[in-house]
Amino acid sequence: MRKSGIIGGVLAVLLLGGGGAFFAIAWHPAIAAIDPPPRQSFDASLVKRGRELAALGNCANCHTVRGGKNFAGDLAVPTPFGPVYSSNITPDAATGIGRWSEEAFRRAMRSGVDREGRHLYPTFPYDHFTNVSDEDDRALYAFLMTREPIHSQARENQLAFPLNQRVVVAGWKLLFLHRDGFQADLARSVEWNRGAYLVEGLAHCGACHTPRNALGAERSTASFAGGDVDNWHAYPINTQSPAPVPWDADALYAYLREGFHPDHGTARGPMAEVASNLSAVPASDVHAIASYMADVFGKPSPVRKLQGETALAQAKLATATPPDSQGAKIYAGACAGCHESGRPPPYGGIHLGLSTAINANDPRNLANIMLSGVRSIEGERSPIMPGFAAVMNDREVAALLAYLRSRFSAQPAWNDLEKTVAEARRTQTAYIQNSAGPANAPADPAQRDKP
Amino acid sequence: MMTLKVNGKDHQVDADADTPLLYVLRDDLKLNAAKFGCGLGQCGSCTVIVDGKAVLSCVTPMVLLEGKQVTTLEGLGSNSAPAPIQRAFMEEQAAQCGYCIAGMMMRAQALLQRTPKPTDEQIRGELVLHLCRCGTHMRIIRAVKRAARLMDTAALTPASEGSAR
Repeated sequence: MRKSGIIGGVLAVLLLGGGGAFFAIAWHPAIAAIDPPPRQSFDASLVKRGRELAALGNCANCHTVRGGKNFAGDLAVPTPFGPVYSSNITPDAATGIGRWSEEAFRRAMRSGVDREGRHLYPTFPYDHFTNVSDEDDRALYAFLMTREPIHSQARENQLAFPLNQRVVVAGWKLLFLHRDGFQADLARSVEWNRGAYLVEGLAHCGACHTPRNALGAERSTASFAGGDVDNWHAYPINTQSPAPVPWDADALYAYLREGFHPDHGTARGPMAEVASNLSAVPASDVHAIASYMADVFGKPSPVRKLQGETALAQAKLATATPPDSQGAKIYAGACAGCHESGRPPPYGGIHLGLSTAINANDPRNLANIMLSGVRSIEGERSPIMPGFAAVMNDREVAALLAYLRSRFSAQPAWNDLEKTVAEARRTQTAYIQNSAGPANAPADPAQRDKP
Repeated sequence: MMTLKVNGKDHQVDADADTPLLYVLRDDLKLNAAKFGCGLGQCGSCTVIVDGKAVLSCVTPMVLLEGKQVTTLEGLGSNSAPAPIQRAFMEEQAAQCGYCIAGMMMRAQALLQRTPKPTDEQIRGELVLHLCRCGTHMRIIRAVKRAARLMDTAALTPASEGSAR
């Protein structure tokens, strides 16, 4: 009795104390509203730097609806818990961030709390943005506050109870938001550290490429081991990379900058937008990202290296096996004409023996690309591929997927392909209609005179 | 030998499984409305309808057409009895050189079968895949809208006057 009383008392104290501590973490005051600052009050060079940082951070991809006004938000971002709608981050006073001070903006980036003190859902990747420096936040703020103000109220999130209670997010932050900021590794080069700062911070690569746990947080023990985004599979970009040819810093730089590498192919799906954005930022930042990520991919083992060399050598050989299955016939008629032509893009595609999609565990990307193809970018000599959604039924796409897997990969066959295709057909329609397209043409002038 | 259903008729065709549909239509069946433009599925001039959907025939191998119904522009109407989509394009003078127009009409036809009263945005969204170098784009959009009106009227006329028109 006495003993349990003591335990009860201790528990009560713990609960009260814990509750108090939780309240302290969960509750944030509003930061006073300001009058939207005039454009001229921001330094032009700061705004320019902010533009580059916004491209590095991919802000527009979630905060702009395809065909809609820049940064006006309201894009439905699918999550396992229901769609979350991105907010309007134009300087509109009523519906955007026009009344936010720089302090309020910085708090949102660092702690995921809006100006009024409400918790923001971690769909906004503040678990990464918490690492962004004050200086970079200032430039981003200057850039966003000098955009065209758009009056547009985002729709209400469709989350079920209790997730629709924002206070729940405070608990999530307690578990998964590490506010220590970026710590440089002094044993590494300046470039590596710059890359680490960008990748782990503003560029938030792990938001797509790291798998998430049941609570929707990145699994820290599986960094860059592959994840999901908008019904696309974000490949593992660590030692588990399924790319037939191992990545190195030079290939990464070219791919991130130009959206294409002859040993790896084309960035498409959500990654096309990333590459498009990275073509407009300083080359040194892309080199830094490539340098850090090459380290994350790891130095390939001799076996892995040899596999890559074999894949490259085989890609140069002509194959002349008569097609013996439906999948093989479809491949010969619909795919080989470009993918075995040896022509440079846009008139040819990479040999499929080099395709990461065919070697990955998840067949969705390949199904997506077969159905919707790759649309050209206006004003650019960009990669192209016609989509086959109109003429191939689910059974035919599945047959082609199975054939490509068996012919171009040593990995085990995929299962349930018809279901994958049906699902891809359903979701790709939504993706094509709703997501922000790669409307910003790559600005890298070096790309313009290349095939 | 395989059976290819085109414009309601069965044709016995001697073609390899990987031969593009466009080649069979033009070379074997002498149906020359669909044009060879880029051969990469990027310009739209080879567009025909397969089971109600607009399809790029230059990148569609024969193996994908077993049991499917192909419709070409010849199957919609003729010189003496043009289909609504053809009449509309003539009345709006929407063709200049005309090379892209057969493909444009086929995709517009597929759109109108699915969406009888398309908005400007829907028309543009569909035809964005088609290239026209002459620049009759505004007339083409008007023609598609006129075809929608003609089809609406045609639906009200007695069946004896022909439903295909």
